Amino acid sequence: MQCYGFIGLKHTITHNAALFLTLSGRSSKGNMAAGVLTGVRQVLRGPRLVSAVFSCHGQTFSSAAAAPDTAAAEKILNFPLTQPDYFRLSELFTLKDLFEARVHLGHKKGCRHRLMEPYLFGSRLDTDIIDLEQTAEHLQRALNFTAHVAYRGGIILFVSRRRQFGHLIETTARECGEYAHTRYWKGGLLTNASIQYSPGVRLPDLILFFSTLNNVFQQHVGIRDAAKMNIPTVGIVDSNCNPSLITYPVPGNDDTPVAMEMYCRLFKMTINRAKDKRRQMELLKGISASV
Amino acid sequence: MAASGCRGVRSILWKYGSCGKNFCVSRSKTVPQLPVRQICVSSSLWKKNLAAAGPQKFTQEFIDKQVEEFEVGKRHLANMMGEDPETFTQEDIDRSIAYLFPSGLFEKRARPVMKHPDEIFPKQTAIQWDAEGRPFHFLFYTGRQSYYSLLHDVYEKILAIERHQDKMRNKGLFTSETKQILLTGSRWLLKEEIEEYLVENISDHDYVRLIQLMEKLLSMPYCSLEEEFILKFRKQLEAQSSKHEIPALQYDPQGVAFSVADGRRKTAKASITLRDSGSGNITINGRNYLHCFPLLQDREQLMFPLHFAGALRLAISRALLSFVSEGEVERIRQAGLLTADPRIRERKKPGQEGARKKFTWKKR
Repeated sequence: MQCYGFIGLKHTITHNAALFLTLSGRSSKGNMAAGVLTGVRQVLRGPRLVSAVFSCHGQTFSSAAAAPDTAAAEKILNFPLTQPDYFRLSELFTLKDLFEARVHLGHKKGCRHRLMEPYLFGSRLDTDIIDLEQTAEHLQRALNFTAHVAYRGGIILFVSRRRQFGHLIETTARECGEYAHTRYWKGGLLTNASIQYSPGVRLPDLILFFSTLNNVFQQHVGIRDAAKMNIPTVGIVDSNCNPSLITYPVPGNDDTPVAMEMYCRLFKMTINRAKDKRRQMELLKGISASV
Repeated sequence: MAASGCRGVRSILWKYGSCGKNFCVSRSKTVPQLPVRQICVSSSLWKKNLAAAGPQKFTQEFIDKQVEEFEVGKRHLANMMGEDPETFTQEDIDRSIAYLFPSGLFEKRARPVMKHPDEIFPKQTAIQWDAEGRPFHFLFYTGRQSYYSLLHDVYEKILAIERHQDKMRNKGLFTSETKQILLTGSRWLLKEEIEEYLVENISDHDYVRLIQLMEKLLSMPYCSLEEEFILKFRKQLEAQSSKHEIPALQYDPQGVAFSVADGRRKTAKASITLRDSGSGNITINGRNYLHCFPLLQDREQLMFPLHFAGALRLAISRALLSFVSEGEVERIRQAGLLTADPRIRERKKPGQEGARKKFTWKKR
């Protein structure tokens, strides 16, 4: 079982995010620790830079039983949660990069989803323009969350149903050492996992949606299933998508190849950074323990 | 699910040692024993749901144990037959089993058999994740990792070839006349063969999709770069003419070459000797063939293989093989002269006039 600490946010979080942030680990049995609920209450008490941290145990990198080792292991896990931008992800992209990658281009006015209206800057000649300042904030949060999940050895699943970018996403996933699913989504992959795969399979800890719609312009089944199984999701929502069930929506263009390549690059860099940082910390711990 | 009534029931059930195998109770000491009626538990709870279990899974230890037992049994068998255990091959095993357990069963698969466990137990996929639960393959969560990773690789190769084409075009060296892969005499692997290769089940639609992708790869001008990858998925068709045994050419004391061959049709058997540089006379059982086959039709059948532009024609064709060249062997085969006609007389059935003819049908 793995627990997630609450990552400090400057603004008040949406109620959706609160529920999903403080989750216990996912196994096919779907247990939820009682400590989760106390964590949620702690978080909702005040919108300040809180890092309400849970004690985690179980499947992590180290498995030592001696007291100083567990203290060091806890430090490795908890220290990044005290910083707002521990992995310095704000240097990965700027507003100008987003603009040049055409992330601000949405669909036409007729395709607009009502719930996306807060994220739109406006519309020009019937084309919706997405507010890049909001996008930048949301993207920063999403990348931060992804980095923390990758740091703690979580399984990340890249999902998209766009045939144009399927190969790109699979390649990106393979290069970061994570998993991808850009094919036909069978019914019970998450909800009926012990039968679809084998009993005792470990489900993904985070699902990244590079496009939240499937080939018939309906919401991808994975979003609903992840919500059912308490798996946090990060999704690139275009102006015709529904952002409500997604934990960390990132309003942005999901149709242009430039934009998709940029997202893939950003997520790959975050995950690699987080994993390298973890290896570094483990090495330092090893060195300090032996000293 | 923490009702006190339930707890009471559970303790009673534990006390009576009854049927509910799913209950693991540990609180019986604190709860007073209430006179509760016995809950009837349906047998469907403990009966194995055979339909949901799926195909039987064997663990790796079980398979390893079977392999050990097979090796030991092989040595015992060799000792029993009085042969050397070290050089006891599978054919020897089959022979020994057929000798020790003679079976008159017509169905060959129902007879006693002793084979290596890998041939008997179906191949299964091992546990696909490491100690931390992280799967090994990056497409594990799709459910069909081998098939989708194959599609991924083929698409990767298509993209690589397109990049190569662009490079050649930039240099000005692009030509359409590139080395083509030879595809004659081979076919795509069948769906069953692909399933065996991938150790996964695929549907017809998936198979068609895979073949379409391979065809797309083949349609590109520079596909010869991936020749060996493509040929892995093509199966060579055996040249049919190599299956026929050509009887060896023999020479009699005068130095005349001759060959002997047999043929069968219905219940007639023929054995002939064909001599080289002869007079063209045909003798059947010592008599001239004009006496045996007064009809022109029968004589035409006899002479057919020798002209090219039932038991004799086949035998002559077979005997002729040792005299003619390879190309002509193929022509004889394609003329249908080497195919043994398997038709035999169908038996007459009771309640009918003959094999197929029925008695007159009367409506009333």
